[in-house]
Amino acid sequence: MLRKKSIIDIDSLSMEDIGLILSNADSFLEISGRDVKKVPTLRGKTIVNLFFEPSTRTKTSFEIAAKRLSADIINFSSSTSSVKKGESVIDTLKTILSMKVDLIIIRHSDSGTVKMVDRFVNIPVINAGDGKYQHPTQALLDLYTIKKRFGKFKGLKAAIIGDFINSRVAKSDMNLLEKMGINVTIVSPTMLLPEDFSGMNVKHCIDDVIEESDIIYILRMQLERHDRKFYPSIMEYNRFLSLNMDRLSKMKTGSIVMHPGPVNRGIEITDEVMDIGGELGEKIAIDEQVTYGVAIRMAILYLILS
Amino acid sequence: MIEKAYILSGNDIDRIIRRISHEILERNKGAESLVFIGLQKRGVPLAKRIAENIEKFEGIKIKTGKLDITFYRDDIGQNVKPIAQITDISFEIENMNVILVDDVLYTGRTIRAALDALIDFGRPKSIQLVVLIDRGHRELPIRADYVGKNLPTSRDESIEVKLEETDGEDSVMVIEKE
Repeated sequence: MLRKKSIIDIDSLSMEDIGLILSNADSFLEISGRDVKKVPTLRGKTIVNLFFEPSTRTKTSFEIAAKRLSADIINFSSSTSSVKKGESVIDTLKTILSMKVDLIIIRHSDSGTVKMVDRFVNIPVINAGDGKYQHPTQALLDLYTIKKRFGKFKGLKAAIIGDFINSRVAKSDMNLLEKMGINVTIVSPTMLLPEDFSGMNVKHCIDDVIEESDIIYILRMQLERHDRKFYPSIMEYNRFLSLNMDRLSKMKTGSIVMHPGPVNRGIEITDEVMDIGGELGEKIAIDEQVTYGVAIRMAILYLILS
Repeated sequence: MIEKAYILSGNDIDRIIRRISHEILERNKGAESLVFIGLQKRGVPLAKRIAENIEKFEGIKIKTGKLDITFYRDDIGQNVKPIAQITDISFEIENMNVILVDDVLYTGRTIRAALDALIDFGRPKSIQLVVLIDRGHRELPIRADYVGKNLPTSRDESIEVKLEETDGEDSVMVIEKE
């Protein structure tokens, strides 16, 4: 059982929690491979998927995970525009809490909202992404993907490439991967980095890391969060940061490409790379991330609610 | 924990496994329709041993699998083991005679959960239960088809089964809980 019942950020997860989640994920992966992909473990539990920001894969992934555990899951979506910040979130929560639910999964476009919600409610809360702050379950499924591919963490080299400042995935992944002993380099132009990036290992061009990295983690350009112009042009971005065929072919044996999805084709990854098959295609671990995401989320729901 | 009585030695366990292997073959008139599934974790090596015996006696290959019932327990939230073991049933159980193997039969709740889990994998022709020790105190209408040893116990006692594959030696002991 997890010591802390809510999952808000990576820092509050102990090594023991992380170990429990990863080892249980193996059993849940097996369940997803069966003809009858369902176990009765969380029968009678009610989970709310509360998404104040659009999402397909995270929301669906949690929904499938809950259903495979026999929990009842209710989807509640609201577009940010119709919800006044702060107050209306609390009002929505009051309504949901009155219906006696057992767990809330929440996504919101404002960093810190999930933390506030966790303080307000007396049931477990899972952060499914808040603003530019954290996306802990994505980081855990990324870690699990790395575990399945490499069988170890210590000594691996990972490069997280792209729109760092606007990406919650980048922050959660950097925290978690470093916690597990993986060497993390951030590859990003200064405009897409925080003002103070001392203490971070930073490079500015993908070519600086492509040959030596075990894990090339490509971030999505967070166009919806670009309230000002973060980058001069797509062409410029392509020149310094995109993964193209030439760069893919320079990657070392056994190395992998990851991306949290959805991919902006032609911006951070080219069409050719996305559609490639054969030996080089085996490097692309993006579909595995999605499969493992369901197993990781099943493990998390199980450990919190059992 | 006080060790109270030494019940079975390695040789005793060997003889029981051989006897049960013959009983299974006799009841099922051969081994063609049989598959073996051991319950995590000590049912797994027991199932393997019986299957190996039968392979020797009949000269055919026998399929064995592993089943973990953690996700089917009826006491989740009260007394849960956090890490589930692996389930591995990489063959069809549809229309087969499934021989389910566990070390100790006690309340019957583990077997209830195992039956639920097995049904999710298909519709076997039959499910038969092998246990090394039946210690009584059933809470559900469940019985074993093949019993290594009936061992009436009190609820204050517990049975400690050790197997070479999981514990480095073969033995069964009665332990008194303090």
